[in-house]
Amino acid sequence: MINKLVIENLKHRWVRTSLSAAAVGVQVTMILTLVGVSYGTLEDMARRSRGVGADILIRPPGSSIISLSSAPMPQKLLDFVRQIPHVTIATGTAVHAIGGTNSVTGVDLNEFSRMSGGFKFLSGGPFQGPDDVIVDEYWARQNKLKVGAQTRFLNKTWRVCGIVEPGKLARLFLPLPLVQELSANTGKISMVYVKLDDQANLPTVLAGLKKSLPEHQIYSIEEYSSLISVNNVPGLKPFIGVVIGVSIVVGFLVVFLSMYTAVLERTREIGILKSLGATPQMILGILVRETVALAIVGSIAGILLTYLTRWAIMQYVPGNLTQVIVPDWWPVATLISLTGSLTGALYPGWKAARQDAIEALSYE
Amino acid sequence: MSDPAMLIQVKKLVKKYRMGDVEVSALRGVDLNVQKGEFIAIVGPSGSGKSTLFYILGGLSSASSGTVLIDGRDLTQMSDSERTAIRRELVGFVFQRYNLLPTLSATDNIAMAQYLAGKKHETDGWFKQTLDLLGIGHRLGHKPRSLSGGEQQRVAIARAIVNHPALLLADEPTGNLDSENSEIVLKLLRDLNERLGQTILMITHNPEAAAYAHRIVHMRDGRIVEHP
Repeated sequence: MINKLVIENLKHRWVRTSLSAAAVGVQVTMILTLVGVSYGTLEDMARRSRGVGADILIRPPGSSIISLSSAPMPQKLLDFVRQIPHVTIATGTAVHAIGGTNSVTGVDLNEFSRMSGGFKFLSGGPFQGPDDVIVDEYWARQNKLKVGAQTRFLNKTWRVCGIVEPGKLARLFLPLPLVQELSANTGKISMVYVKLDDQANLPTVLAGLKKSLPEHQIYSIEEYSSLISVNNVPGLKPFIGVVIGVSIVVGFLVVFLSMYTAVLERTREIGILKSLGATPQMILGILVRETVALAIVGSIAGILLTYLTRWAIMQYVPGNLTQVIVPDWWPVATLISLTGSLTGALYPGWKAARQDAIEALSYE
Repeated sequence: MSDPAMLIQVKKLVKKYRMGDVEVSALRGVDLNVQKGEFIAIVGPSGSGKSTLFYILGGLSSASSGTVLIDGRDLTQMSDSERTAIRRELVGFVFQRYNLLPTLSATDNIAMAQYLAGKKHETDGWFKQTLDLLGIGHRLGHKPRSLSGGEQQRVAIARAIVNHPALLLADEPTGNLDSENSEIVLKLLRDLNERLGQTILMITHNPEAAAYAHRIVHMRDGRIVEHP
């Protein structure tokens, strides 16, 4: 019977119910989208690293897992690596920032193709002229580019010569010497990708490289991929924590306001229930159930909204962000919204439970 | 000492309020006995203390001093939670403004009273007989806003008596009704009293309404008086 009353109350004030649930939903979406983008973008980075087809990655001394280095390693390092037994291909890349978190990657297209199996061109083809740039499908979609279109970065206009399937190394590609020149790092590279003749030789070669190049960051590609995580991105975890904190406060305020006005509006009804013999605990229980219902409906709406944000991200900014759905976080986000909501319902609930029946019955 | 024939025994009942620095005496030593099965009307002008007496008898308010025995149980010695239990078990209320829960249908309003009293929702037997008596059987699925004032008051009466309370308290039950509906409601109260033996204490300022009762008690200035 109490559940029926709760449902009828929520239906009766459907505008406030919808707005409250939507506010809780936005809070849940905010958390899940942030987490989904964090995981998705990092997973995408890891996937693109694996997509190169290398077995080992060598990064400059002192570089962090996800830093955008320019080109601080000498290209001669490649000759050293190539003569190591079991190494079949060693290719270098140079990365140059082009604004924001975006970068262009310089590759030796022949070596890169041998290592990765080559780009899968969705349209166009390899570099033909000095102003040619290859972009991946996501970058092309985000910037509305087609083969032959012009795009501008690094104070220069480039012609899109090819659009490739995403998932290999980067989103924008130029010839290696061009990036070295643009970044004033001629003869230097950012990373070295190494392919071996047999995976079984990986431990031996890895150990040898670490011994020969003790200052460099040397990983197997699998190890490197696993290190690209939320835990290894400086500041990301505290940032997620801050967003969760803000969400709890928002949920608290929304439900507090909603329940506070609900208690005021329903003063007379509370008096009626008390005259029928409802205990303060029952009155509190009704508001708590309403709050839980709002939080659950809001959370479900919030979870569904993350599919919408994922679609919007893939539609409008796939070159910058990738969002994945993280079901493991659904109960966490729901619990967070419940915590904020129940905290918000405490004072109005207490006020309702303490309401004087006679005053409540004479409330206009 | 409790008299088993008496449902209500009120002795030297005093109720004082504090309004700012001023102490107001709403009841100044009320003595009142009501027999089981009696239909009594309490009449008096505004401020005479009849509503205060109503709230104390219904366990909605506490007394400052004196004793109030309902079915042998002294309300003045009870805690808030014990008086809440009295409202569930011994008393049914009918108010001037009907006081139905607006979000629930008529039948759910009645079922809510049963639920709070820990009883199962009856749909036949005595319950059906009561609904027939009240003439609202066909309107049970409607919410209060779809019912006329007279219908709402009859639903409120059904809700008040559904748990077989020892005492039915009615506060100006016809105050918001036209004369035709007032007559229906008052006849219903009298029928409930005569056919089912329901003890009723009705507060009213309307002499015509009071005439339906067996006995009329007059109040003025917080006291029961012999003559109006």
